[in-house]
Amino acid sequence: MTELSNAVDIANAVRNGSVSAVSVLDEYLARIDARESSIHAFNLVTREQARTMAAQVDADVKAGRDPGPLAGVPIALKDNMCTRGVPTTCSSRILEGWKPPYDATVVTRLAGAGAVFVGKTNLDEFAMGSSTENSAFGVTYNPHDTSRVSGGSSGGSAAAVAAGFAAASLGSDTGGSIRQPAALCGVVGVKPTYGTVSRYGLVAFASSLDQIGPFTVDVRDAAVLLEAMSGHDPLDSTSIPQPALSLQGSLDRDVKGLRIGRIIDLPGGSDPEVEARLAESFDALAAAGATIVDVELPSMKYGLTAYYLIAPAEASSNLARYDGVRYGLRVDAADTNSMYMATRAAGFGDEVKRRIMLGTYALSAGYYDAYYGKALKVRRLISDDFARAYQKADVILTPTSPIVAFPVGAKVDDPLSMYLCDVFTIPTNLAGHPAMSVPFGTGAHGLPVGVQVLAPTLGESVMFQVAAHLERVAPGGAK
Amino acid sequence: MIDGYELVVGLEVHVELATATKLFSASANRFGDDPNTHIDPVTLGLPGALPVLNRQAVEFAMRIGLALNCTVQACTFHRKNYFYPDMPKAYQISQYDVPLNVDGWLELPGGKRIGIERAHLEEDTGKSTHIGGTGGRIHGSDYSLIDFNRAGVPLVEIVGRPDIATPDEAKQYVTELRQILVAIGASDAKMEEGSMRCDANVSVRKPGAPLGTRCEIKNVNSVRSLGRAIEYEARRQIALIEGGEKVRQETRHWDETDGRTHTLRTKEDADDYRYFLEPDLVPLAPEAVWIDAVRAALPMLPRERRARLSSATGAPADGEAVMVVVERGQDDYVLAVASAGADASRALVHVKEAYAEQGAVPSVPAADLARMIVLETSGKLTSTQAKIVLAEIMANGGGDAEKIAAAKGFEAMDTSALEAMVDEVIAAQADAWAKYCAGEEKAMGALVGAIMKASKGKADGKAVTALLQSKRG
Repeated sequence: MTELSNAVDIANAVRNGSVSAVSVLDEYLARIDARESSIHAFNLVTREQARTMAAQVDADVKAGRDPGPLAGVPIALKDNMCTRGVPTTCSSRILEGWKPPYDATVVTRLAGAGAVFVGKTNLDEFAMGSSTENSAFGVTYNPHDTSRVSGGSSGGSAAAVAAGFAAASLGSDTGGSIRQPAALCGVVGVKPTYGTVSRYGLVAFASSLDQIGPFTVDVRDAAVLLEAMSGHDPLDSTSIPQPALSLQGSLDRDVKGLRIGRIIDLPGGSDPEVEARLAESFDALAAAGATIVDVELPSMKYGLTAYYLIAPAEASSNLARYDGVRYGLRVDAADTNSMYMATRAAGFGDEVKRRIMLGTYALSAGYYDAYYGKALKVRRLISDDFARAYQKADVILTPTSPIVAFPVGAKVDDPLSMYLCDVFTIPTNLAGHPAMSVPFGTGAHGLPVGVQVLAPTLGESVMFQVAAHLERVAPGGAK
Repeated sequence: MIDGYELVVGLEVHVELATATKLFSASANRFGDDPNTHIDPVTLGLPGALPVLNRQAVEFAMRIGLALNCTVQACTFHRKNYFYPDMPKAYQISQYDVPLNVDGWLELPGGKRIGIERAHLEEDTGKSTHIGGTGGRIHGSDYSLIDFNRAGVPLVEIVGRPDIATPDEAKQYVTELRQILVAIGASDAKMEEGSMRCDANVSVRKPGAPLGTRCEIKNVNSVRSLGRAIEYEARRQIALIEGGEKVRQETRHWDETDGRTHTLRTKEDADDYRYFLEPDLVPLAPEAVWIDAVRAALPMLPRERRARLSSATGAPADGEAVMVVVERGQDDYVLAVASAGADASRALVHVKEAYAEQGAVPSVPAADLARMIVLETSGKLTSTQAKIVLAEIMANGGGDAEKIAAAKGFEAMDTSALEAMVDEVIAAQADAWAKYCAGEEKAMGALVGAIMKASKGKADGKAVTALLQSKRG
């Protein structure tokens, strides 16, 4: 098997008995052994658990039981998804040593589809960041250039797939945390419609924005993973009451006649090469018979500001429970209040503290209306803008990230320029819509560029239809 | 009114709902079990756990709203953020600007209506026990134990309008509310066990003056304490004002042992709860058919039951007998005794007097009590004999009153024999008779006593009185 084999091929081979899940796993573990020290995609490689799962898949095949559509596929999990008995850290000292007593719903569902979990991947602490430099356990480097970042916050999951440490992985996307690292690492990354994939067992950052999605080497794999993960979960009240998505049928569908939206007032500042790739993607779709239509999203430019009030506000509440009493880190002190303070001072990194303070302030009496309240209004305006745009267009294309992977350390002292990495991805989360990043050629220094396909609520089918076409026509040829 | 001041009191009552499971998880909602045996990831607020609303809790909350004449509406949940060791998420899921039930009222037995501003759903906290130090407070304790069995138990907070004007009205309000909650099966509403908890907002003012500064009184654990605490607090505030001082807005703790309220926290140390819409839940919009079904299934409420019993017996609806019998749930029984042919007012008196230890379904068949009352009202048993016969019936869980009376040798005197006896006594006690005829009612006691003695207790007191009155003319 060659590097970057896709999940569908692996599952087919394992299901028909032509290859064993254990031998697939060995190949991936060998690649981890060879290169993980220079990438640092994982907080934990769950070697033994993976062997047990792979052996079970092989036993099922041998006994004539179908292990499922992800039979023997090595999958990495972002380390903010609960795994029973396996440490789940969110790349934070505050959760050090905590082993959840339960599995996240996505973990249960993928395991039920035959997946083999190879490990828990690194992230920006509590998913707060765009470079995976905010991890308490060290940076994840970009497999295309290890002097550069992998993006974030799901940098470990993106890098794991790009480096061939896993055939696929899961990330979470609150403001672009799947799509931006996917673009920077040259893999496919999907943020589905809010409520499509259960959040049960995903350690919350900003609950109204968080959504789990896959990283894969190609669009078909992403469709297969989403089909396995999605569908109503009674344990998540925000889960949409509908069956799992059905996406594979859209992949080979012609894009002729589709209306592709181009945002005429798109915020500027992107790399020229990134803008060039986006223009080429429009050209390619037009050449295939799609219509390019201009749409306006005037409130998009306020998205970043609104996001940096709403997400920290929710985070300030979600992270208040980490007090050293029941689990994770505890720094002993003279009395309970001092213990709380010492624990939180030692347990949280700077970016997390920054956002807790921002969010607490935004919700405070006397400031609520000016900050959080106003941000909610912007959120509504963005949804309204999208609603108008989707009357004219079936999907909208933007760059995923304005820039290619940047050098490690380049933005750590300038949070605002780091926040700007998410300018194209954030509005989607505010609206609850689906969006995905597809590799589309390269930019500066030969580094990967991603094009983002945006679609309205539950518009995953048409989104995958367009993404699959872009993948086929991407510069450098189809894989 | 106390010393020329009006009291203005509003009560906030928290009740634990009698659901099988917690508000947002499948753990059991049960009081009194070993600590931390009814817990799960949601109850403990473990990272990644999410709340799922309990439909039964919503239904119970709707029952409460409808029984209190509220409008049930589409509503939302908010997070109320604050730190406390027994609140594992560091926020309480509650309702804020759009609660489930709004704008109702509760009618006191005397007919006065107390407004209900809202009745909303929220989750309870865990329970802390502070070991060492003084007074069971967290400050100065050596260590604390936390029981999360109560965390996540569904609560309804019933916020009354400040329409209560006396400590006694406050007691009536809580007593009536408790009866309603029990009647509709929403809560066992036991103040002693904490399944019903009451905070009182108290202020005073001169009649016609604007509202005074209020203080919130916490830790009131019985209806009696509620009356005492309000009375104490009102007098404390009046003394401050009369002494030229101002009442500070604060939360005060009622101390049962010294009978006073003490400062718990002032307005300045009040928490900023940073309420915001709970993103882990969706809005709750009970459909009209559901609301209608809950309304239709509501049992008769205590107020209606008292009115029904009052009109059947002629006793006042807010009189002791009707109040007591309805509270015991024995009003259906009294009506059954009446429909078996007995005088309803006698049935009410006997049940009120003799059935204190019986439940809503007394052991004596209604027909047996009815037969006994018929004997009594037809004059075949004196009231004294009636009590003896009833005691025997109750001891046996029923019985034929006629046979018991016969076995005991009770035979009421017939009217002519009684009249003869009355005449004899009048003749023998001419002095008393003269006084009685002159309008000295006290003199009747001596005459009746003598007649009863002569009849060896077989004469019916009422019949004797009636005879004496008719003979006086």
